[in-house]
Amino acid sequence: MKLSKQEYDRMNRQASPPSPVAKDCLWAFFVGGAICLLGEVLRTAYGRAGFILTDASALTSITLVALSAVLTALGWYQKLASRAGAGTLVPITGFANAVVSPAIEYRVEGLVTGVGAKMFVIAGPVIVWGMMASVVWGVVYYFLRPMMGG
Amino acid sequence: MHYFWAFVVGGALCVIGQLLIDLTALTPARILVLFVVSGVALSALGWYRPLAEFAGAGATVPLLGFGHLLAQGVVAAVERHGLLGALTGGFSAAAGGIAASLVCGVAASLAARSKDQC
Repeated sequence: MKLSKQEYDRMNRQASPPSPVAKDCLWAFFVGGAICLLGEVLRTAYGRAGFILTDASALTSITLVALSAVLTALGWYQKLASRAGAGTLVPITGFANAVVSPAIEYRVEGLVTGVGAKMFVIAGPVIVWGMMASVVWGVVYYFLRPMMGG
Repeated sequence: MHYFWAFVVGGALCVIGQLLIDLTALTPARILVLFVVSGVALSALGWYRPLAEFAGAGATVPLLGFGHLLAQGVVAAVERHGLLGALTGGFSAAAGGIAASLVCGVAASLAARSKDQC
């Protein structure tokens, strides 16, 4: 069968499943949004309980991290992540998942060379480059501050 | 109403991450790094604080907010300790989240068994 390029493109489009991007984005939006909504509920609750704003935010992060660790240990977070993609990756729960998953996986290699060394195999780069960026900003801010009339 | 905006803004930031996954060849680890470094940069430019005040957890729970936290911490520490603060500010601000992840990771590794081993 001989096909022109246009015909081939048309047949290819008909045979391929519809673009998954829109569906992926909907999942990411609703799951990611829901995690952030839970964060806002927690933050408000901690605020009402009398914690100052920064403490309430820190406690919210810690609560979400602990929740994510439990769900990761049960294997549920990964199941949700296979659908929700970035919806479970981008929130802080995704960071916690990236720490807890390898910690469990490398337990067989021991507590020091396994858990200790491999726990930050994914989250480590985030801390390294986040810290580097913050140190650079700190130095820049130090020299900019007098010029900003501070 | 702040619950609604937390949901929408948080969801939208996750959609940006999803588009990066679907449309580029970036791995999840690279996307996380990109989000945190962007968070530091946006905070340094003064653009993230208004978003955080508007959307609350919608802006602080995604990893961009982690970058914002680092940048805010470093500014506060430079105000107090001068140049030394550039080194101490980031980790001080992020200590709670990082230590919680670390403790949870160790606890989970002791409590759970890897699925591959069963």
